[in-house]
Amino acid sequence: MNKDDARKLIVEELGNIAPEADFDTIDAGADLMEELDIDSLDFLNFITALHKKTGVNVPESDYRKLATLDGAAAYLAEKTD
Amino acid sequence: MYIFRMPSLGADMEAGALVEWEKHPGDPVKRGDIVAVVETDKGAIEVEIFVDGVMGKQLVETGAKVPVGTPLAEIEGAEEDAATAPPEATAPSAVPKAEPAPPSTQRRASPAARKLAAEKEISLDALKGTGPGGVIVLKDVEQAEGETAPRAGLDLSKMREAIAAAMARSKRDIPHYYLSTEIDMAAASDWLSKTNAPRTPDKRLLPAALTLKAAALAARKYPAMNGFYDPATGFAPSEDIHIGVAVAIRGGGLVSPAIHNCDKLGLDDLMDKLRDLAARAREGRLRSSELSDGTITVSSLGERGVESLYGIIYPPQVAIVGFGTVTQRPVAVDDKVAIRPIMTATLAADHRVSDGHLGARFLKHVNALLQEPEKL
Repeated sequence: MNKDDARKLIVEELGNIAPEADFDTIDAGADLMEELDIDSLDFLNFITALHKKTGVNVPESDYRKLATLDGAAAYLAEKTD
Repeated sequence: MYIFRMPSLGADMEAGALVEWEKHPGDPVKRGDIVAVVETDKGAIEVEIFVDGVMGKQLVETGAKVPVGTPLAEIEGAEEDAATAPPEATAPSAVPKAEPAPPSTQRRASPAARKLAAEKEISLDALKGTGPGGVIVLKDVEQAEGETAPRAGLDLSKMREAIAAAMARSKRDIPHYYLSTEIDMAAASDWLSKTNAPRTPDKRLLPAALTLKAAALAARKYPAMNGFYDPATGFAPSEDIHIGVAVAIRGGGLVSPAIHNCDKLGLDDLMDKLRDLAARAREGRLRSSELSDGTITVSSLGERGVESLYGIIYPPQVAIVGFGTVTQRPVAVDDKVAIRPIMTATLAADHRVSDGHLGARFLKHVNALLQEPEKL
């Protein structure tokens, strides 16, 4: 999966969690939890959804690497490469 | 004959709109069945029934907004239980008439999506839901309509009014006292990390599972923190521990649906229920018992960096427990300064029911429980 595909999947899954979010206006380098006003439960659901869709099992120690849209896309692209 | 009435889903609810009947005349009903969907300030609530019988005459049309306690339907083969009939219930003089076309709820949809679909006369059955679990969300309806109206979500202004009324009443009527204690979270954090490490994400626990369970077990040990206060009859402790979990609604607003029998749940089951409850709270898909049964509330703002949270009691409950963020702080350990992960736990309790001494023992027990997370 390349970065664009990873980003598309991430936006789709985050959109399921925060359907009111406008991803066109989100700062891709900003903290997702702050940008989307999501909490740890939402974030865990996001990680769970990525696991189900891609098989990538993100350990808790890597959560911070997915803190931003750019970071999450890079991480997912790398793990599915 | 049993009369099924518009339930009170919290101290802040005065009326509800009947969105849909889930059972029809002649249908058998049993305790726990969802028989209707009611629109409240907290979203579309699935209302359960607590008797066995057969759905009889339905007294209120869908779309009608009626006060709490209004008879909604007759349940044949079941007896009226005085304890379940609100004394303030007032039978309407005539069948309430429906307001404009009731929204379709055959498909799972957010209240905002249903509202817009009804306004635009769009059938939900024709839409593909893109929300969690296939729920139709507002953007699905907007796309179908071809417009770009901003998302309204739950009716947050009404929710804010309801919160304001309940909290003003609480602050006016309940003599709160407040306590706090610092809890060393090293044991809980370590145990959680080790427990989660081999698990897939869907099986992982969050710290909230530990704090909720600890609060529930402490409420079991100190029943003066768990129950309801009625000015006329005084305090009635609850046999069951149903923890109201404060769930923030994005964009503003707050609901505190209950996790039933929290003290008896294993951590995995508790976590599953927490995930389910939070998701449904944000979709506006809660059940009536979840809004009405809470016996004590737990709130946490730790993720937002808040160190100490002093809550306002949700009447008629008598206590609310708050958990703050875990921060690395210098503390004295064995006469030396050590850096430890510390969380502040707070208690706001009703002084008509308990004193600070008891509240302190409650918090101390929460602390002790979190030092042995493997036993929770």
